[in-house]
Amino acid sequence: MTTVWAGIAIMVVGCFALKYAGLSVPPTVLQHPLTVRAVELIPAGLLGALIAVQVLADGSSVQVDARLLALGVAALLLALRVPFLPMVVAAALVAALVRQL
Amino acid sequence: MTTDRSIVVDSLGVGLATGAYGVSFGAISTASGLSVLQTCLISLLVFTGASQFAFVGIVASGGNPLTGALTAVLLGSRNLFYGVSMAPRLDLDPRARLASAHFVIDESTAMGVTRETRRQARLGFYWTGISIFVLWNATTFAGALAGDAIGDPRTYGLDAAVGAAFLGLLWPRLSSWTGRLVAFVGAAVALGLVPVTSAGLPIVLGGGVAVLLGLLWRPRAAA
Repeated sequence: MTTVWAGIAIMVVGCFALKYAGLSVPPTVLQHPLTVRAVELIPAGLLGALIAVQVLADGSSVQVDARLLALGVAALLLALRVPFLPMVVAAALVAALVRQL
Repeated sequence: MTTDRSIVVDSLGVGLATGAYGVSFGAISTASGLSVLQTCLISLLVFTGASQFAFVGIVASGGNPLTGALTAVLLGSRNLFYGVSMAPRLDLDPRARLASAHFVIDESTAMGVTRETRRQARLGFYWTGISIFVLWNATTFAGALAGDAIGDPRTYGLDAAVGAAFLGLLWPRLSSWTGRLVAFVGAAVALGLVPVTSAGLPIVLGGGVAVLLGLLWRPRAAA
């Protein structure tokens, strides 16, 4: 539990520091094309990895179950431009219903 | 000519739509084993959605919270660049910068960065940022209480909701081929590492490898 608090503290300090630094540093410091590009790519890389682990990992094994079906439904709804909250709720319901079967 | 009034109305619209899904964060967080207090403090003090979901997702899957925090901070790195692009438009003195930094997020930047005058940039930025902040924290609290009452998150598919939330956040970035490639590589590498490393690490390593590949890929294509 203490580690959870430590994680929260790191996250609070780290995320605020990034926001504050952005408003404060002279823009030229961060204008290197490689830096700009890396920051553009980080969310896509991390979110891709997060999705894969969240949906397919079960401890240290890979498992296909209701979560993958729910992700498929989420993708379909996003393609149909359904807003975030209804899309998330629908995905959860699909997984819950499949597990009831 | 955009009126001040229309900026405020648009900002509140974005604020309502975005702030509401704090409920999904709150529910997922407490259902994943975090306390209501921890959940609410994260929304109050971290206040950047993707990072919050990442931390909770990693802790829920048995990962080390420190790895979760690292992932969250890496995801928050985009706020650094939002700050850089907002700074000249907001034109703030040091004290105001300290007070405003917390509201530098995806939506407030999007609503502020396109304005032509300082006044309108500030209107878009603060009305969006602060309305999301208020609502996000209120809905987090409501969701946290609900998630606490639910018990096992799997019963209502809340574990699947996390994946869907991540996909929703990723979706706008899949419009380019580079975005798709990087996301796919991140997913593939992370999945490959799941059986061989401790929980949490596949995400940081998969994301890292994907970003490196994305950086190498472009110069070659351009050459």
